Amino acid sequence: MSASRRDAVDAGLMDRFAARGADLVDWIDARFPMTKMLKEHATEYYAAKNFNTWYVFGVLAFVVLIIQLFSGIFLTMSYKPDAEKAFASVEYIMRDVEWGWLIRYMHSTGASAFFIVVYLHMFRGMMYGSYKKPRELLWIIGMLIYLCLMAEGFLGYLLPWGQMSYWGAQVIVSLFGAVPGIGPELVEWIRGDYFISDITLNRFFALHVVAVPLALIMLVVMHILALHETGSLNPDGIEIKEHKGPDGIPLDGIAFHPYYTAKDLVAIVIFAAFFSIALFFAPEMGGYFLEHANFEPANQLKTPEHIAPVWYYTPFYAILRAVPSKGIGALLMAMAIVLLFFLPWLDRCKVKSIRYRGWTFKVALTVFAISFVALGYLGLQPAVEPYITITRVFTALYFGFFILMPIYTSFEKTRPVPERVTYHH
Amino acid sequence: MAEHSGMNRRHFLTVATSVTGTAGVIMAAVPFAMSFKPSARAQALGAPVQIDIGKLESGAMVRVMWRGKPVWVLRRSPEMLQTMKDSKAKLADPDSEVVEQQPDYARNATRSIKPEILVILGVCTHLGCAPIERFEVAPADLGPDWVGGFYCPCHGSKFDLSGRVYAGVPAPTNMEVPPYRFLSEDLILIGDDAGVSA
Repeated sequence: MSASRRDAVDAGLMDRFAARGADLVDWIDARFPMTKMLKEHATEYYAAKNFNTWYVFGVLAFVVLIIQLFSGIFLTMSYKPDAEKAFASVEYIMRDVEWGWLIRYMHSTGASAFFIVVYLHMFRGMMYGSYKKPRELLWIIGMLIYLCLMAEGFLGYLLPWGQMSYWGAQVIVSLFGAVPGIGPELVEWIRGDYFISDITLNRFFALHVVAVPLALIMLVVMHILALHETGSLNPDGIEIKEHKGPDGIPLDGIAFHPYYTAKDLVAIVIFAAFFSIALFFAPEMGGYFLEHANFEPANQLKTPEHIAPVWYYTPFYAILRAVPSKGIGALLMAMAIVLLFFLPWLDRCKVKSIRYRGWTFKVALTVFAISFVALGYLGLQPAVEPYITITRVFTALYFGFFILMPIYTSFEKTRPVPERVTYHH
Repeated sequence: MAEHSGMNRRHFLTVATSVTGTAGVIMAAVPFAMSFKPSARAQALGAPVQIDIGKLESGAMVRVMWRGKPVWVLRRSPEMLQTMKDSKAKLADPDSEVVEQQPDYARNATRSIKPEILVILGVCTHLGCAPIERFEVAPADLGPDWVGGFYCPCHGSKFDLSGRVYAGVPAPTNMEVPPYRFLSEDLILIGDDAGVSA
């Protein structure tokens, strides 16, 4: 057989395979909207062509979610949610289970990575006005995801049953005691005992591995559906749907797949590199990802000298400690998170992107970002002077950003917004 | 007319079904919510405990666990009782006016049944940390004004030798006095105060 003839035969074979493949797709599409969904959410989902690096953190958050779900499932196979055995079972995973250390560090590093990418993702939204009409629900669903993440992190931190697990849970659970009227009963109800005990550990395990992840996955699906309904915004903060070509495709839009999937893959590779550096060289991150006190088993008769939560809660922990009253401190901490939900309505400015907004918002957002980071640092420090006074100042600035927002965004001197998206090099 | 009444009937049935369904869901939620409460075993393990203080020296403290919480029994020396009186002015609630922090029989100058014997829960009323006993006078870290008491390392709350909170610290109330009674001269039952009067 000559080479050309063999090629012809192969081509015929390929055609037949392709035809069979198309038949299979047709068969599925008649029974399940596979092609339709792929088009709607990937190949014919159009996002603005001028996304910058800030736009990779949503995808990265999704990647971390997968890492957490996957590593978490494997951890449950060796972990024992029992106050007598929990600490030892984590040590067992670290020392005796093949590659157990890697899976466990992947999960603990993943927790911190989750918050890093989510905080950057949220800040992106604040810079470019991604929370503004018509994306209010998208923002609120995102905030609910953030709440679930905080719950997940808190519930999961009890599971190793170390000193910081125990005393951190003690501090956070007792916050519910500040609820007027039902406080003490509520705390007892959450713990299921008169103290943080085996019973508490067992239920936190159930919530951490089943209840909250289910809620989280549902919310993530809703978040993506809401995003694909309104369409992604862009660094110029303008709606690409307002300028469509004759084919009905936004002129400034490019298909999510293959264009953004390819671009996001680069981001994922870079993220994976940083993630691996943390995972292999500094999984405890000097006590920030895994606190040193947690390498000692829980002891309810011995409070660690200094209780600080993991870094991702410290801004709120600092706010909690800013006032010398448990009730008001807890209320302020709750408000610090609740106010974020109202961002779409607190911001009165019609211009979305920070590129065309006035100096007042730019200053306010900068002050907010600095306050958040500063509070994060202060939440790790002991509650002594001068930290207390500095914490109060930054707490005031944090709340000022939200409470004064309806005022300073009403009189904002904005710049003209372009009709079509632009590139900034 | 028939159509109109038909609509009403349908509307009524829709509302009635929704209300019944909602009531059913709420009732079905009760067992699940109640399952979160301390179980019978947890309640049994929370039963009263006895402690013998016959060998407790003046100025010394013992700890015993009750319901997973540390209970401290301190035999205060005459000097300790005196410094407590002297530092009364700096306290937030010197007369134990927040009634739920102690049984009525411990609402007195020493917050105890017997003046020298203090029984309190060793739990900070701020966020549940365990305060540390700092009975020495004027240590370097707590300053020259410190006359001895309990200090919480978590957020810096200070308490006197009766567990009464100082003014201007994060803890909102005095430390809690658990229910207790003396079974004999040296035997204390913690968690049960049947028959003790104020």
